[in-house]
Amino acid sequence: MAENESVSFEKVTKEYYDVLKELGNIGAGNATTALAQMLQCKVDMKVPQVRLLDFKDVGEAMGGEEQIVIGIYLAVEGDITGSIMFVLERNAGKALVSKLMGMPATEGDFTEMEISALKEIGNIITGAYLNSLAQLTNLKMLPSIPDLNVDMLNAILSVPAIEFGIMGDQILLIQTVFTDDVDLNGYFILMPDLESYAKMLGALGLTI
Amino acid sequence: MANIVKVGMADLNVCKSPDGLTTLGLGSCVGICIRDPVTKIGGMAHAMLPDSKQIANNTNRAKFADTGIEDLVKKMIAMGGKKTRFEAKIAGGAQMFAFQNKSDMVRVGERNVEASKKKLKELGIPLKAEDTGLNYGRTIIFYPETGALVIRSAGKPEKTI
Repeated sequence: MAENESVSFEKVTKEYYDVLKELGNIGAGNATTALAQMLQCKVDMKVPQVRLLDFKDVGEAMGGEEQIVIGIYLAVEGDITGSIMFVLERNAGKALVSKLMGMPATEGDFTEMEISALKEIGNIITGAYLNSLAQLTNLKMLPSIPDLNVDMLNAILSVPAIEFGIMGDQILLIQTVFTDDVDLNGYFILMPDLESYAKMLGALGLTI
Repeated sequence: MANIVKVGMADLNVCKSPDGLTTLGLGSCVGICIRDPVTKIGGMAHAMLPDSKQIANNTNRAKFADTGIEDLVKKMIAMGGKKTRFEAKIAGGAQMFAFQNKSDMVRVGERNVEASKKKLKELGIPLKAEDTGLNYGRTIIFYPETGALVIRSAGKPEKTI
C-alpha cells in the first residue's frame, strides 16, 4: 500500500511540473501584454525559461542568495486554491515604478509610494497571468490582495520553496525577461495546492 | 586559513574550528546551530518544515526540523563530538508575508522554531540563544570556536548572539 502511494506520488509530481511549465509559458505572455498596456509602451518578452531547480541551487541560479529582490505574493481562491509569487530584481522594480509614475528612479530604499505602485504592478501582472490560466482551464481563479516584501532573495524564496517542499525537493521557476529600454528580470512561481492539480489536469483533458 | 562552509536550503553540514558554517538568506526556514565547546566541532541545519511525520514525501531528512536535528547530532557524534556537551543556537522562522493561506503554511516560520526547540529539548541539548520570528530574512554565520552566531539582515545592523 505504502509503496503504491509513493509511486503514484512521483508520477503526479512529474506530470504536475510538465503542466505548470506549459501554463507558465502562456501566462507570462498575457502578463507581458498587461504590462505594456499599463505602461502605455511596447514591452517585448523573451521566451520564458522554465526551470526546475533543487532548493540548494535556486538562489545562486537566480543571481545570488543575498541579492535584494521584491517578492509579490498572492493567495488564489476559487475552483483552484494555492498561491502565486512574482519576484522582481530590485533595479527592475525601480525602473518599472519610474516608468509608471513618469518620474526618475529614486536611490536607496523604496518609498511608500513606490511600494504601492509595485503592489499595483504585481496585481496587474499576476492578475493577467491567472486570467489566462483560468480561460485555458475554464476554472475560476480569484487572486487575493497582494502582499509585498523587499528582502534577500533566499528569504523571499523560502515561502514558495516551503510550499513546494511539501511535495518534493525542487522548485519550478518561470523566468520572464521583459524588454523595453532595459531587460527586466522577473520570475513567476505558481503553486497550486496538490488537490487543485488534479482539477487543472482534468480541465486540460489529462488524467493522472 | 579558516573556511566558511555553506549550508543550502534543506541541507546540513558539520565543521571543526577554526572553520565556520553559514547559510544565506533564511526566511521562514530555521537555522539550527550546534557545537561541542570542547572539541570545537560545529554543525548547522537549514530546515524548511517542522515535522517529517506530517508529510508523505519525507525522504530528504534535512528538510525537516525533527529529522534534520537528529541527523546533525549523529554526524557530530561520528566526528568525535560528545552529545552531553552539545549546546545550540537557532535563528530564522520569519513570517515573510502577512498572510500565508494554506493550512500547512499557517505560521510555518513559528512552527519551525517550535519544532526545533522541541527536538533539542528531547535530545537534552540546551538552547543558548535565539533570534527568531518577525518579518525579515537573516544570513547567519556560526563559529564553533566561540559559539558566536553572527546575524546579518538587509538594512539592519549586524548582530551577534
